[in-house]
Amino acid sequence: MTKTGFVIANLFRKRTRTILTLLSVTMAFLLFGLLQSVNYLFSAGADALGATRLMTQARVSFTQSLPLSMVPKLESVPGVARVAYSQWFGGIWQDNTPVFVFSVDPARYHDVYPEYVMPEAQWREFARTRTAMVAGRQIADKYGWKVGQHIPISSNIYPQKNGSKAWAFDLVGIFDGKDEDWKKRTNQVLINHDYFDEANQFVKGRTNFYILRLTDADKAQSVIRTVDAMFENSLDETKTQTEKEFNLSFVKQLGDIGLIVRWILFAVFFTLLLVVGNTMAQSVRERIPELAVLKTLGFSDGAVLGFVIAEAFALCALGGLVGLVLASLAGAALEKGTGGQFALHLSGWVWLLGLITIVLMSLAVGLLPGLRAQRLRIVDALAGR
Amino acid sequence: MSESMVQVTNVTKIYERGTQQVEVLHGLTLQIPRGDFVALMGPSGSGKTTLLNLIGGLDQPTSGEVWVGGSRIDRMPSGQLAAWRARNVGFVFQFYNLIPVLTAEGNVELPLLLTKLSAAQRRKNAAVALQVVGLADRAGHKPSELSGGQEQRVAIARALVSDPQILVCDEPTGDLDRKTADDILGLLQVLNRDHGKTIVMVTHDPKAAEFARRTLHLEKGQLLEQSAA
Repeated sequence: MTKTGFVIANLFRKRTRTILTLLSVTMAFLLFGLLQSVNYLFSAGADALGATRLMTQARVSFTQSLPLSMVPKLESVPGVARVAYSQWFGGIWQDNTPVFVFSVDPARYHDVYPEYVMPEAQWREFARTRTAMVAGRQIADKYGWKVGQHIPISSNIYPQKNGSKAWAFDLVGIFDGKDEDWKKRTNQVLINHDYFDEANQFVKGRTNFYILRLTDADKAQSVIRTVDAMFENSLDETKTQTEKEFNLSFVKQLGDIGLIVRWILFAVFFTLLLVVGNTMAQSVRERIPELAVLKTLGFSDGAVLGFVIAEAFALCALGGLVGLVLASLAGAALEKGTGGQFALHLSGWVWLLGLITIVLMSLAVGLLPGLRAQRLRIVDALAGR
Repeated sequence: MSESMVQVTNVTKIYERGTQQVEVLHGLTLQIPRGDFVALMGPSGSGKTTLLNLIGGLDQPTSGEVWVGGSRIDRMPSGQLAAWRARNVGFVFQFYNLIPVLTAEGNVELPLLLTKLSAAQRRKNAAVALQVVGLADRAGHKPSELSGGQEQRVAIARALVSDPQILVCDEPTGDLDRKTADDILGLLQVLNRDHGKTIVMVTHDPKAAEFARRTLHLEKGQLLEQSAA
């Protein structure tokens, strides 16, 4: 037997209670891992370094559209090689299944996103056919779509000029990603913007956002500054950012993610402190005579305090590490599920924060019962006083 | 047996119970030679357990001196006293006080965690101690799987394992039937006679006291007389 073995044996003396407490700790750290990763993701900020594409949207919100007359102005900015645009369609497939549908200029989109691969003949057909649509491999496989099918897709935003929200498109191509990373991003549908622009009831000559392909990555910061300065104080002020930050901004619409995360974690850990603290206090209270025996045998006051804190640490570390590992797995699953759009892998920083939290929590829940154990007088404890 | 193992000189012990002060021992003086087996008897509240606690270094007197095995322990700081207990004293309690989550072997090995012995040596010593008390075959059993007599034997093995100079026993047979009690007392006699352990035992039971070499009687915190077994 070792001191560690002794601590573990004591930890599991009430197996059910310990397992339930461990599950609480595990769940708390699972949440901690995921939410801190979300927080980290959103607080990472715009890192334009190495960005080869930028997104330009209306400064107020991406729901506010921008005029297509901006295209030549954007293309004149030094460092911009090509400009594409994309309009959110709000597609619904069959029984209220939302699908990502964007109206685009096929040729421009093809130039700006060389990562999407499709036979050139299909790109040409997409540009030539007004009612054409192309689908990503993932979504086509998911719904069993085949090239040549006439596919009805409704829009929950844009009715046609006749008032009907039921649209239909001809599937002329299926695009894939050039590598594994891009293959994960093929869960969207593209339709021809000319047709959308002409047929819809609300918007004309406008789009939700522009995609700027840069001549080289070093130009990202200067292009961001130039574009936003160009439209400053105009009717259509812009906000230009990297693709990554643009994608995250969708979720940021929910509110201050950092604040939400902090409050949730505060509530979770406050509850957890009460639960684990109560478990530890109860565990020590139940074995006051045993702790007195340890002192009788020659274990010092400090050693007894150490045993109690080590037990609290074992409880928090075991549950905490399992929770963080689960968060890591869940993050990877989420990343895969969103086609790599939300990379929720636990960073070294989140692991470090988790480990610090484990240590602090162990001290918080172990110190009071530990001090009680440290201070108990042997003769009183043995006599049950 | 002439060398003194325990020397208690003019010891007074006062407990504070709320606002009241209770004087349990009144200027008590006592000498126990090395290798002796002493039974402490007396009515409840006479100060037997208090005296035993002072000798075992579990408590300290209000005044007076306590010397055990050549060390003065009545003013020893708490940490030093704990280390002294680990080296010099073995304790046996009425209700065995074993750790329920550990096996018999684990319980016996527990005091050895305070030593620098290797894990293998600790296991070996624990096995020897269990063999001495006749429980080598129950090493892997937890206290809940043992009878009262067996639990007390494990407690005695735990007291013996670090080879202390003195065994301090508080009513070691108080929770056992006559036959088992006699077995345990016989074992203590063997430890005293064959292994040279000095034993101080508190008991209410005159039959238990008969196993000791001599009996000391306490009443109202003072030593009355002694009788040889």
